[in-house]
Amino acid sequence: MSADEIKVKAEAKEAKKANPKEVTIDIATTQMLQKAQADGCETIFDRAVTMKPCNIGEQGTCCKICAQGPCRLPLTKKQAEGSDDRKGLCGATPETIAARNFVRMIAAGTAAHSDHGRGVTEVFLAAARKETNDYQIKDTEKLLEIAPDFGVPTTVLVDGVEQPRDIYEIAVEVGEAAMAQWGQQHGELPLFKRAPEPRYELWKKLGVIPRGIDLSDGWAGAMTATDLQDVLFGTPYPIQGEINLGVLKEDHVNIIVHGHEPLLSEMIVVAAQSPEMIDYAKTKGAKGIVLAGMCCTANEILVRHGMPIAGNYLQQELAIVTGALDAMVVDVQCIMENLANVAKCYHTKIITTNPRCMIESGETTHIEFDEHHALEDGMKIVKAAVDNFPNRKPGAQMIPSAKEKMVVGFSYEAINYHLGGTFRGSFVPLNDNIINGRIRGVAGVVGCNNARSVHDSAHLTLIKELIKNDVIVLTTGCSAMTCGKFGLLTPESAKVYCGPGLAEVCETVGIPPVLHMGSCVDNTRILMAATQVVKAGGLGKDLSDLPAAGAAPEWMSEKAIAIGQYFVASGVYTVFGGTLPVTGAPKFQKHLFEEMEDMYGGKWDLIMDPYEMAAKMIAHIDKKRKALGLDKAKERVLMDMADRQKLDAA
Amino acid sequence: MSKMVAFAAIQGAYNIVSKAEGIYKRALEQYGPEKKLEFPNTAYYLPIIYSLLGIPIKTIGDAKKAMDVARRLLPPHVKNFNHLPYLGPLLDSGMAAIFAEEVVEAIRYIDDPDFYYTSEVCDPESGKIWLGAAEDTVFRKRGVEFVDGSAPGFAAIVGAAPSPEIAKLIAEEYQRRNLYVFMCANQAGTTFSEQLIEAGVQIGWNTRLVPFGPDISAAVFALGFANRAAMAFGGVRPGDYKKMLIYNKDRIFAFVNALGEVNAEWAANAAGCVNWGFPTIADTDIPEILPTGVCTYEHVVANVKHEEMVQRSVEVRGLKTVVTKVDVPVSYGAAFEGERIRKDDLFVEMGGGKTQATELVEMADMDAIEDNKITVIGPSLADLGEKGGRLPLGIFVQVAGRKMQPDFEPILERQIHHLINYAQGVMHIGQRDIAWIRMGRPAVDKGFELKHIGQILHDMFHKDFGSILDKVQVTLFTDKAEVDKMTEKARAMYKARDSRVENMTDEAVETYYSCTLCQSFAPSHVCVVSPERTGLCGAYNWMDCKASFEINPTGPNQPIEKGECLDPKLGQWKGCNDFVFKASRQKVSHYNFYSMIYDPMTTCGCCECIAAMLPGCNGIMTVHRDYTGETPCGMKFTTLAGVMGGGASSPGFVGHSKYNIIQRKYVAGDGGLLRMVWMPKSLKEELREGLERRGKELGVPDLIDKIADETVGTDEASVMEYLQKVGHPAISMDPIVG
Repeated sequence: MSADEIKVKAEAKEAKKANPKEVTIDIATTQMLQKAQADGCETIFDRAVTMKPCNIGEQGTCCKICAQGPCRLPLTKKQAEGSDDRKGLCGATPETIAARNFVRMIAAGTAAHSDHGRGVTEVFLAAARKETNDYQIKDTEKLLEIAPDFGVPTTVLVDGVEQPRDIYEIAVEVGEAAMAQWGQQHGELPLFKRAPEPRYELWKKLGVIPRGIDLSDGWAGAMTATDLQDVLFGTPYPIQGEINLGVLKEDHVNIIVHGHEPLLSEMIVVAAQSPEMIDYAKTKGAKGIVLAGMCCTANEILVRHGMPIAGNYLQQELAIVTGALDAMVVDVQCIMENLANVAKCYHTKIITTNPRCMIESGETTHIEFDEHHALEDGMKIVKAAVDNFPNRKPGAQMIPSAKEKMVVGFSYEAINYHLGGTFRGSFVPLNDNIINGRIRGVAGVVGCNNARSVHDSAHLTLIKELIKNDVIVLTTGCSAMTCGKFGLLTPESAKVYCGPGLAEVCETVGIPPVLHMGSCVDNTRILMAATQVVKAGGLGKDLSDLPAAGAAPEWMSEKAIAIGQYFVASGVYTVFGGTLPVTGAPKFQKHLFEEMEDMYGGKWDLIMDPYEMAAKMIAHIDKKRKALGLDKAKERVLMDMADRQKLDAA
Repeated sequence: MSKMVAFAAIQGAYNIVSKAEGIYKRALEQYGPEKKLEFPNTAYYLPIIYSLLGIPIKTIGDAKKAMDVARRLLPPHVKNFNHLPYLGPLLDSGMAAIFAEEVVEAIRYIDDPDFYYTSEVCDPESGKIWLGAAEDTVFRKRGVEFVDGSAPGFAAIVGAAPSPEIAKLIAEEYQRRNLYVFMCANQAGTTFSEQLIEAGVQIGWNTRLVPFGPDISAAVFALGFANRAAMAFGGVRPGDYKKMLIYNKDRIFAFVNALGEVNAEWAANAAGCVNWGFPTIADTDIPEILPTGVCTYEHVVANVKHEEMVQRSVEVRGLKTVVTKVDVPVSYGAAFEGERIRKDDLFVEMGGGKTQATELVEMADMDAIEDNKITVIGPSLADLGEKGGRLPLGIFVQVAGRKMQPDFEPILERQIHHLINYAQGVMHIGQRDIAWIRMGRPAVDKGFELKHIGQILHDMFHKDFGSILDKVQVTLFTDKAEVDKMTEKARAMYKARDSRVENMTDEAVETYYSCTLCQSFAPSHVCVVSPERTGLCGAYNWMDCKASFEINPTGPNQPIEKGECLDPKLGQWKGCNDFVFKASRQKVSHYNFYSMIYDPMTTCGCCECIAAMLPGCNGIMTVHRDYTGETPCGMKFTTLAGVMGGGASSPGFVGHSKYNIIQRKYVAGDGGLLRMVWMPKSLKEELREGLERRGKELGVPDLIDKIADETVGTDEASVMEYLQKVGHPAISMDPIVG
């Protein structure tokens, strides 16, 4: 082998790694990817280069639900043009197969959220019954607001006089009612009634209201999780925060909580801020403790405590690559097994806390979360991190400087408050400015990162395009983090990126043009916000009447499919990017992309290009505006006495 | 930029609340917590705090709760970068400022009892300019104008104009549009109110230019007035802050004009006003807030030229105002109704005892008169020379039209009083043959002549009654012999009319009329007016309603076929019940016309009088809204109105007009006028003639003297003692209940 040949071969081998400048638009990610590659540490980005997705699975037409398969039925050019006679062993057509696979993804995604909800409900009940000292009923206002929805009275008649009931008594009943949703065998779930009446009636007519929570997400499992988390930990209100790997500090003990549930992380927040642990960190030579979050756990502690976020889904390995991370604590969902492999290259301790998510690879520590000893567990975890601080490898540390400020925490309660204060809070000003055209419409942009597409790029491009066209964006999950990293969650960004109408409204209220509403489970906050908009009036009677659309441009998790489906069923035009496992089944795809609109008023779509995605979302918004008669300018009405006498009784 | 507004307003609110806390602490130490804290002669405690927070403040000690709320509402200051949203906090800070200011203004009434002048009109010569909180009598009287639409809204003017002339320009333009102007605050010591005085404009409630106070904190009197109106007339319950503020946004067309430099404390107050849906329109270059939502349209509009201020303001508020166009050389509008002619300004006086002045409206044949023919017979103003003097006057108006009826003559005739009064510099008192007109020199200098009285009547009759009349001809007599001749004819007509009205009975007609005139304010209230039960506001009798229906067939007065009589004694008809059920939006299914004990008619906040049962006296009492004292039922008029208003039917109480007391069907189902055991003395005097007549009819000629009043006592025991002493018929009647 000549020297040249060796060089070519080496380059070919070299080429099997990701190009750090091309796979992401986030500078911190690029820097850490370069470092990982220099450190000889393989990440998801590299494997995305070396391993291609299965093109049959990608089309949704691989059936492995019985032992006679897997039957693989890819869509060929010939079949696409007409003579489609594909069948599995049992005769299942690709349409049947893709539909079943799709439904199974929804079921699995829903199960994840409902499981989350159940975990929260258990802790909630423990707190309500005062079985634990670590959790309290914190947001009594929210408890009183949700109690009637669970059929729990908030007042009691004492000698004929209506008196407020004991908070913990209400909480126990709410907790029990919430818990009874799991395994419920008859009737319908209570929170579906929160939807605008025509929507509820439509669901009833279509017979799609679930009798039990187990496989029902948006208006059930996830919503219960959000509700009860708010009561336990406080409903989010706008708060300042920081995001990106630059939030880690070289001279501090760095801990990242990663995953989805706030139950344990709330306790870790307490532990990490305790003087006891801070002093302990100092004995180990650290100046203090940085607790940062990753993925939805990050969103949960960010929106309630302003704790910093280290990054989104595709940055989880890279946080370890900094060499400055002393512990990564994980619970469930979106946790890459490879964390343990990356950790091997550095000193980071990976601590698993949930039996649902233990890691087979590498070396990990398991400290199982128990709500009855939650704070104790939290202290144990923080102590383990502090103990690991002296083990940092000399010379292996490099923390990117990139970090961005942001304002987050827009629950629908917070939006309601901020649009009118304590006395006039309502969604009316939002509706009013949609009606008068300053705001063209509302978009929910949510979802994951996906290693098959350029990290953060589609989120950012789509969202910038939307706000440029005066569409206000509500965001959650990893999408929200992208916005944070690129400054779209600062109020100052409105002037820079928005169309004039939206910029003016943002300036009036003092908000960013993109509102961070929380974690992925908190997508239910978007449903509730949309419901509030309908109830505030002037924009139709149902969610499907609103000039609104949804998107998940970089989705990857089956939870995203579950969320997509509950948005479609709630009447929202929902666009996914990258891929959708239905492309091998044209009839089923047509069902999702067209026929569902006739049933629900909402439908699925798949669009690769974020600019085209924005254009179609805006076209949909304009279609709805036209249907509402908002395509023409509204005249100023000057009222005289006769007009006033015609006012409805208040 | 809203951020700058938020920044300033929040800072201003901190200043205001901190200063208020200092004043409160000092007052608490100086006077003690038990010291009474109030706006004298007003109900609803400190009305903004009471209406929004539901806290009734009676003493200095009570105010602590409101001060605490104000402090709690103060939001964090707005940071320069990456700031939190500020619209909600901005509105909260404004509210905090206003709560604090209301307490401060109430403390001022203790600190300096003479600071505010307790009157409807100012006395600038004695330096008594500032009127402070409207007393309840003033508030009720003026509030009704907001209810019936004669005042479409109010402009709260803060600060001062660049010159008295500009102040006058703005104020008079508002007057022409019938708006009230509420004035507060100063610009480096100069106030809009004093500028108006300097420019020779009369200020006070009577001219709708109300000088509340020289400080920005006096803004609470304007907002308090609005909230009192919502409670008294709109039936909004105290503490229901959401409904209260939305009510204001939708129904009370008010706004702020900020004149001159806007400081942080003004900004806080402006933010407070936005909670009410009242926007701010400024003449300076302040940051604008244009997106809509909390207010109906823009929130803050800046840089408005003074000559455009009024038009721009009403547009921003979404209000349609109409300037009454009458072909006379002086300004014309309801705001000039209450203006007085000072002795020094007087040019000519007609009637008022020294000369005869008589008014008559008579229906004529279409062909007999000529429209817009105005003739003066006798000396003109010019004949009085430079000094002016006195003249007799006969105003003879002939009207014709296909829908005109003789029954409408007195209705038209009654309009003469206010129609003439609306002219700036012209005053009208009385009616019929006791009319009294004064014209001021400034009006005459502007070219106002006698014929203009005719012009006003011609133009306004056409405007207001165009659907029933086609021609109006006016003859003005100033020749004594002619006046006497006309007066003689007029007296004969008055007599004939009176006996016709008096003889009209409920039984004699099949049609009653609804009156929902006040539904813009009291949405569930509905009056039904019959010949023997005039509207409880005193404004509309059966004949008025009938005419009103003719004039505007889709208006607030609709005919009701009374239908089957369900209870002749208590006065209940099926047709009326059906109508009431529908018009009250299913809130009221039935009521009785002639009983205050069994399902009485609903009562709105505009009633002239409220009757209450006095079980210990086996009778009833009534009190009118001008009487501010205690009554034997234990409640003042305002308290009664607060309990009753807003369209409720409250057994044991009923609202009614003054005139209704001397109508034959007055509480006839409960025993009638003979049950009346107590009335305020002033009301007795006002109705003396009628009470004496009714007493005679009922066989108790001295009934009026047997009815106790406040000189006898204001508790049931002393009333009862008096009744026994004078042998009042009520004590020997059947038990009032049971």
